[in-house]
Parts: sequence; structure tokens; C-alpha cells
Amino acid sequence: MRLEARSGTARTAQLVAPFVAVLFTLLVCALLVAWAGAPVGRTYALLFEGAFGSRFALSETLTRATPLILTGLAAAVAFRARFYNIGAEGQLYVGALAAVAVGAQGGALEALPPTLRFALMMLAGAAAGALLLAGPALLKVRFGVDEVVTTLLLNFIALLFVSMMLDGPMKDPLAMGWPQSAALDPELELSKLMARSRVHSGLVIACALALAMWIVERFTTFGFALRAVGANARAAAFAGLPVARTLLLGALISGALAGLAGVGEVAGRTSYLTLDMSPDYGYSGIVIAMLAGLNPLGVIVAAVFVASVLVGADSMSRSAGVPNYLADVIVATSLLAILVAGMFTRYRIRWNSR
Amino acid sequence: MSELYDIVASSAFWIAVLRIATPLIFGTLGVLLCERAGVLNLGIEGIMVAGAFCGWLVVFQGADLWTGVFVAALAGALLGLVHAGLTVWLGLSQHVSGLGLTLLATSLASYAYRVSFPKVSTPPTIEPFAPLDGLSGLPLIGPALGAQTAMTVLALALVPVIAWILQRTPVGLAVRMAGENPSAVEAQGVSVLAVRTGAIMAGSALMGVAGAFLTLSAFNAFFFNMVNGRGWICVALVVFASWRPGKALLGALLFAAFDALQLRLQQSSGLLPVQLPYQLYLMLPYILSIVALVVMARRAAYPQALMKPYRKGER
Amino acid sequence: MSTASALPALRLRGISKRFGPLLANDDISLELARGEVLALLGENGAGKSTLVSILFGHYVADAGRIEVFGQPLPPGNPAAALAAGIGMVHQHFALADNLSVLDNVMLGSEPLWRPFSRRSAARRKLLDTARRFGLAIDPEARIGKLSVGERQRVEILKALWRGARILILDEPTAVLTPQESEQLFGTLAELIREGLSLIFISHKLDEVLRVSDRVAVLRAGRLVAERPARGTSRAELAELMVGRSVVAPTRTRREPGEIILAIDRVSTAADRHGMLDRASLEVRAGEIVAIAGVAGNGQEALAELACGLTAARHGRVAVSGEVLAARPRAWIARKVARIPEDRHAVGIVGDLPVWENAVSERLHTPAFSRFGWIRRGAARAFANALVARFDIRLSGIDVPTRALSGGNMQKLILGRALAVGGESAPLLIIANQPTWGLDIGAVAEIHRRLLDAAAGGAAVLMISEDLDEIMAIADRVAAIFKGRLSAALPVEQWTPASLGLAMAGDPVAPAEHADAA
Repeated sequence: MRLEARSGTARTAQLVAPFVAVLFTLLVCALLVAWAGAPVGRTYALLFEGAFGSRFALSETLTRATPLILTGLAAAVAFRARFYNIGAEGQLYVGALAAVAVGAQGGALEALPPTLRFALMMLAGAAAGALLLAGPALLKVRFGVDEVVTTLLLNFIALLFVSMMLDGPMKDPLAMGWPQSAALDPELELSKLMARSRVHSGLVIACALALAMWIVERFTTFGFALRAVGANARAAAFAGLPVARTLLLGALISGALAGLAGVGEVAGRTSYLTLDMSPDYGYSGIVIAMLAGLNPLGVIVAAVFVASVLVGADSMSRSAGVPNYLADVIVATSLLAILVAGMFTRYRIRWNSR
Repeated sequence: MSELYDIVASSAFWIAVLRIATPLIFGTLGVLLCERAGVLNLGIEGIMVAGAFCGWLVVFQGADLWTGVFVAALAGALLGLVHAGLTVWLGLSQHVSGLGLTLLATSLASYAYRVSFPKVSTPPTIEPFAPLDGLSGLPLIGPALGAQTAMTVLALALVPVIAWILQRTPVGLAVRMAGENPSAVEAQGVSVLAVRTGAIMAGSALMGVAGAFLTLSAFNAFFFNMVNGRGWICVALVVFASWRPGKALLGALLFAAFDALQLRLQQSSGLLPVQLPYQLYLMLPYILSIVALVVMARRAAYPQALMKPYRKGER
Repeated sequence: MSTASALPALRLRGISKRFGPLLANDDISLELARGEVLALLGENGAGKSTLVSILFGHYVADAGRIEVFGQPLPPGNPAAALAAGIGMVHQHFALADNLSVLDNVMLGSEPLWRPFSRRSAARRKLLDTARRFGLAIDPEARIGKLSVGERQRVEILKALWRGARILILDEPTAVLTPQESEQLFGTLAELIREGLSLIFISHKLDEVLRVSDRVAVLRAGRLVAERPARGTSRAELAELMVGRSVVAPTRTRREPGEIILAIDRVSTAADRHGMLDRASLEVRAGEIVAIAGVAGNGQEALAELACGLTAARHGRVAVSGEVLAARPRAWIARKVARIPEDRHAVGIVGDLPVWENAVSERLHTPAFSRFGWIRRGAARAFANALVARFDIRLSGIDVPTRALSGGNMQKLILGRALAVGGESAPLLIIANQPTWGLDIGAVAEIHRRLLDAAAGGAAVLMISEDLDEIMAIADRVAAIFKGRLSAALPVEQWTPASLGLAMAGDPVAPAEHADAA
């Protein structure tokens, strides 16, 4: 077996690849559904219905997609520079924690005008996420420490830190022993987009940020440096591009986006912070970024897809009796599938020769 | 200070050290085998979960404990084969493939657990490995070793075995060479793809066993999140160990000693003047791993072909 | 017995191999007699490497058969090739730097699942083989510590140790000094006396005529000629190889101008790129100064220093009297044109389109961006002009740059580098192995551009391992050995022998040469 590079990469092939990967994933996971003793067609139909079948279902999917767009963007930006930020989960939590610190009822900043306080809350969340990733980024640039392991380990540290704060100084005294922060000032909450639903304006902010990232990558010198450093850091350094600065800035943006995902959850959905706020949004972001081919606009589509699987599976498991962990399996399988599909847009396999 | 001495001098402390170290030894040796052949395997976290689940499941269904260990190794090897297919045969990103594998193995284990036990609220239990009381008569190490199970002894015995295989046997030479310069392996008529695939499968089997230790020896049931980052710690420990089995053992023991110490410190109130939140103690192992990475990264002599896919005819 | 010995050592029948649109080998049939030296001659890309890769089992031919001593050779299996007695000395040595000589030799020679390696027996056999062929080696030495010549010796010993009867040498002299090449030819003669048959791959005509009994010439994947070496002329081979006449550019003597690049007793930190050790050199406007040396003697460190990538630890580097910061942009701003050694890994970002690579060095300047926004129109117009001016063949400036051929890629890099000063000419050109791996037409084109630039007043520093190239276009030459530079003498004052000695570290007494001149 040998891989042979295709002479050109067709644009259509690149666009079709994620869909083929998803289709393959659903076929494979059908076996798991059958194993659980449920009818495959009906289970998938219920899943689809649970995600898109009603106004409520759709609104839930979009609500779930909001943080996923942001963590997906966080991964996409970092991966573009070949900086493997696997720490979005931790960055999301510290972002949420910072938002609560600034915006909680009865906080020290209550005297400030709400608009200023809102801006401050967003900024604090973004800064907290960025700061958490600055450490691994500096270690990578300065000492060549692999960022994958450091960001992974930081997730555990960040979560323990948040737990410590929710047990201690930031604990809501009215929560009766449950580790939970005080609620956010209602004035700072993100407005609802649809009546009788949980969709909030965080969705608009996330989409706007995706568009902004797309523009930055394509039309600015920083975006060029980001792409060049990711594709070939040695060549980028030779051409005089500021490799270390680009990596650091890319990492800060990535961390800030993940931090904002946490702010959005607190300000748009939960209004206070608990330790089970994120069902692995940070890790799902990696899958979303890969499904999107690291394209910031593609992230929106991929995030809606992943959100629909998660939301649909919850509703499906209630009626069909298939465990909702099926959603996690689908998400993980589609990551591996897109990896392979992406390769086939660039290479073909020749079996006869080695 | 004397209280600290009491802790470290107690056999209970060393019993805990060996118990905490055991899965790390298996896991670190597993990562080491993969990386000596030139392949990063971030699937370890998920492979450990899968090993913990599969090993426990067959024992729960009536198989004997060693069959459980074997099945865990088999599950690990199969997941390793997936990783090898993606990274070695197709040359895909070792980072992303490994993470994908972790997500896949973890979610599959959760799904399978829920399908097998839809309605249980308390985790079903098994009868785990018993301590090897026969060893407690040994001088000096007896008390600590006698409280361990056969799996710990297996882990300790594997260290010299793996070191021997790598340094003294033809297949070990092929593995090391594949991690240094795959072209040289191919030029001597040995298949790089086969060597790397074999090393990843063997390493992943050890990772599976590392997981099985948790359900078959350390505890007696399967919980979600029971691996809890131990796999990532193994990846860091391999760098700390400079890819040497002996140093890997040392690293695992050192790490376990710190972990055991922080557990004791949490429980003993009088040692520190202030009562610290327990989360700070729990953070310690992770912080320690990062520090180890940073300290060693600068002088680390990486296998030269680590993370470089090999394609025939390309240089 | 007599029929057996009448069989050729090797017989290739109708070998064809296609890579996508490229027909790398087209119906090639060849024979190698016992005890014969067959030279395989051809330009880069003519199909020599593909053919020997098929022979050694790295590739499988689409069509054709191979027989070794009358026995068919199973395709695509290096182990089978080794077992049949074929040994290969790769151009890029297939050795692991961190392992010992013995490790490298032994790999693959034992059953893999033996519980312990029989090292002492292998060691004895290696020493025996080494003694028999006069190739001294320390079995326990780490490859990384050996010189290039010693590593090649290990490659040859590896094949002999496995009992090779047919030895393929891929461009074996490309990395050696003239003296080391002489030594290698002596070894080859010894191998022939022991009854081995050799295939010698090269594009150096003099060498080919000297070493071989017979010459086979490949061009564009086809076998275009087979001649006995005796009675064949250099010119005849050259024409067969290229298929047309290429006018090599000629050098005209000029009066050099002021000092542009001054390197004064510079040492750099030792790292994986080697180091410089109190090196001094001056390059003046209008002259081409070449650095000759065997790979790994500090060329990389010199190139990184002169490209603004690393700083000197001791000593002073100045461009037109000014000490520049070790940042490429500072050097680019000072109109230093830089051509890196490895065009794929360092010269371009292969995944990005041609137009972005064309402006990558100067994207941050007002010509191509404003307030951080790329001026796409200006950048694309510049790229189109560059493509036209340097005759770069491609299907559009939006294709990924990795799709370009080596020659076109090098022209893109050269064009980008020479445009470093915008409308004005570059002040200084640093060219590291500028023609490595290119075909003769592209080589002539690159040489012409460099000579033109020098004629236009640019100072040129060229680092090269190709002595023919150096003799063809350099005005002055310095040898580099273990980070030390010899005096840069006019090219006429060097002979291949004296340059070879200097490349091997023999101290050159400049006075002596000056006296001779």
C-alpha cells in the first residue's frame, strides 16, 4: 500500500468531505443502536426530530450551538497556527468564573453603569481564558514544551480552581451547601432572541466573531502569518514573519474565545456558575474545528451539527431508550472520519504498489 | 517536621505509593513503547477507560481476573491498531488521531456501560485481586509489597523486561531504529509500518492493562471519570523519564510518592499552620506533571523521528 | 558452472513506472555483467533514483521483470533484494544518528523474535569484513559522531556485511572532498577485485568516465544510450544526457567595489546546525565569493548568520559597515536577498498559494499592506509580474506552491529574493546551495541570474557543495571545515587538490598561494 499525492485538490472534494464523514459515522453508529436493541431508522428519526422537529427543538439546538461555535473557533484559530489548544474546557470555566466575579449580584462593582459593567464582564471573561492559555503558549515558544499535555493538564487544574472558588470566596451563601456562585445581575444577562425559548444574543455575538475571524485570517497580515506559521514555521521564520509573536497572539485569541464561551453560558443561559455547566464543550470544540476544516465560517455549521446531535440524542434517549452517550460516540467517530476523509482529498491509495 | 517523618516512615504510606504508581507504570511503559517507535499516542486516556471497562465487564460476567486483564490488553491492542492505521498507514496527525481515539474509547465505554446496565444506580461490584500476603515476609520491602496485588508485581517485573527487549533484542533494535530513522529500517529490509504498528499495539495493550488495574485491583467497580487524567500524566512522565524504562519507574514512584503525601497532608490537620482547601492538594499532581515537563523539555533527547509520519520514497 | 558464470549479475527487462502524470521509467532494459562497473548517468529527474528504488524494492514497477544471477527477484521487497545479494548505498544515508555502527549494521539481519541479539559474533564479523576491504571502523561509535566519509563507509560495510554481490551507489561522491572521492574509488576497485558488480549513479561526467566500464544514459525516463566508457567523450555524454545543448553562462572578470559583507572573527553557539569558529570573510560589491565544504562543517551556521536568523556569539558581522539585528526583516530592509538551502522546508510555505509566497518577505511593508490589511491587488500584480519576468511555469498564481517543480520553485524564491529592494537592485545576495537538485537548464538559468546581479553591483555569497559550480561562477573561494574558514583566494589559485585539502581541514597558507600566484 502506498499513498500518492493527488496533483490538485478539488474544492468540491474539500466541501463534500465532511458530509461523507458524517454519513459514514451515522452508518457505523447504526450498529451501536442495533446492539442496544432499538430500531435504527426510528432512533435516527427521533434524534433528528429532537434536534430540528419543533420550534422548541430548534431553539434548544441553537442554544447549545452558541458555546460550541466559540469553543470551535478557539480550536480552529489555534490549530490554524498548529498550536494544539486542548484546554478550551478549562478556559471556558475560568472565563465564566471571571464573568461572575465582575457581574454577580452584590459584587464590588455594582455601582458601575450596566453598559460599562457588561463590557467589563466580557473583557474579564476573555482575558481569563487568554491568560490561562498564555502559560502553555509561553512554555511552547520559550522552552519547546508540548502544548497538548500542558493544556490538557491545565483543564484539571482550572476545574479544581473553579471548584475551590465555588466552595470558598465565591460561594453563593443562599445555595445551601451546593457549590454554586451567586447569580449574575439581571441587567447583565444577554437578551433572548426568541420568546419562550432559551436562545440568546450570545448566538449573534458568536456568529459575528466567526465572521470576524474569517476576515482576519484571509485579509490581514496577521492572518497570513497565522496560516504561514501553521503550515511551515521554519519557512515563516526565514521569510521574517514573527513566529513567536504570531503563536502567542493566536493562543491569546484562542483562549479569549473559549473564555467568552463561558461568559455566554453564564450570561445567556444559567445566570450562575456551577461545576456541571459545560458537558465537555471544550473537547467538542476540537471536533467542530476539524469538521469545519478550520474554516471559521464552517465552524458555525459544524457547531450546529454537533449541537443537534447532542440535543437530539437527549430527547431520543428519553423516548427510544438508547443511552444518550450515543451522541458522544457520534461526535468522536466523526472526528476520526473527517481526518481520514480530509486525507483522501489530498492523497489516493495505490494498492498494487508499495 | 516529625509528623512528616512519621508519614514517610509508615508502611501505609509506601503501600499507597506502590498502589498509586502501578497504573502509571503500565501506562508510562505503554507510551514509551509507542514513542520509541516514533508515534505519539494521546489515545492513552481513552484506552485506559476502555481497558478498565472491558476488563471489569468480563470479570463481572464470571470470567477469572486474569482473563479480565487479558481482555483489557486485547481491547487496548485493538484501539492501538486503530491509531496505527490512522497515523502509521495513513500518516495522519498523531495529535488529532490520539485525541479522537480518547474521545471515541471513552464514549464507547460509557455507551456500552449504559446499554449493559440501563437501570442500576449503584455500580455493580466484583471481587478484585487479593493482596499477596506471602510477600510480606520479605525484609525491608515486605510490608509495602505484601499489601499489593499480583498486578503491581507484574508492573514492577515489566520494567526490566521492556528495558531488555528494547536494548538487547533484535525487535527492540528495530523499534528504536524506527523511532530514530525509519528510512534506515526500510533500507535493511524490515517494514517500518509493521514495526510501528506492532509497537503501538503492544504499548496500547499495556495502557489497557493500566486501566484494568483500576477496576480489578485498586477498586472493584467501574465509574465514569475514574481514569481522571492519569493517561495524560503518563505522557508527561515519559518525557521526564527521557524515554528510558528504568527512569519511567523512578518517575512513576516519585510522582506517586507526592500524590500519597498530599493525600496524607489533606488528612492530617496539625502539619500545616493553616487549613488549605482540598482542591489545592488535588491540583498538586497535575502541577507537578507540568513542572516535570518543563524541567526536562530542555534537555530531552527526543526520538528523532517522533511525530514524523513515514511515507515510502519520501525523505 | 560455466553457464552459471555466463549469466549476468543483473538483468532488467522492460521496467516501467508511472507517478500520476509523470512517466518516471519508460520500458528500461539493462544488464550488468559480473565484475562490471555500470554507470547510470542522467540529469536530476531523469529516472535514475526511481530505477534503483525499484531494483531495491522500495517501489514496485508497473511493468517489467528483474533477474538476479538468473533468479527472478520478487518485486517491492527490500528484504528479498538484500537476500538476493543487492546492496545499496543511499545518497541520504539510511543510518540512525543516535545508535552505534554495530546497531545500524545489525538491524534486520537476525530473526526479529530472538530473545537476545548475538552482538559479539556480529561485531567479529563486522571487524573481519572491515579488515578484508580495508575500511577501518569502530563498531561501537555513534553514527552522529562520524564524519560524512566515515558514514558512507558504514553504508558500504552494511551492504558487504549482509553479503552483497551487487552494490548500488547513489551519487556517492556528491558529499565527499576530492581526496575522499579518490579513497572511495580505491575501495570500489577493491570490491571489483573481490568479484562484486557495481552500479554507479552520478551526473558528474569525468567521474563516470574514470570509474566505469560501461555507461547507460537515462533521459526523461528512457534509456537513450549505452556505451563502453572507453572511447566515449565527455561532450558526447553531456549531449546524450541533456538532449540539447545548454549554453553555460560565463564569468567576466570585474573590478570588485567596496566591502559589503564583513564577517570578522565570528563564532556561533554550537547547535544542530553546526557552528562557526572564529570565521572571517569579506564580500565586495560585484564579486561572487563561494564557500566550499563537505556538508555539516558549519555552512548552515554561516547561512543562518548571513540571513539574519541567528546572532554571532563572538565577533562582528556588518553589512555596508552597519551591524544588523538578528531578525530577517532587518536584513530584508537592508536589501539583503536570501536563498535558503532547502527550498521545500525553508524557502516556501507549500500549502499557501504562489502569490502569497511571492510577497511573504515584504508583506508587512507599505507596498503590500496598510494598517495590517493586505493590499491584495498590489500583491497579486507583483506576483504576476514576477512569474512573467522569471519565466515561472504554473497554471496560475493561486495554485499551492508545493505543486511547482523544483526549478520553478527555485525561480520563485530567487525572484522574491532579488526583488528585496523593490525597484532597486539588492545590495547583497546570500545563496545557499542555489542549484541543488535542479536540471541543467534550470542550473544555467540560476547561474545567469546570479552573474547578472553581480555584474549589476551586488555582492554575492554562495555556499555550495558542488565544486564544478564553484569553479564555474565564483570569483573567490574559501573552504570551510569544522566551522573555520580558510582564506578566500581567487578561484584561479585553487586546484581541485588544494581545495580538497582545505575542505578536509589542511591549513592553507595564504602566503604560499599568494607567492605562487
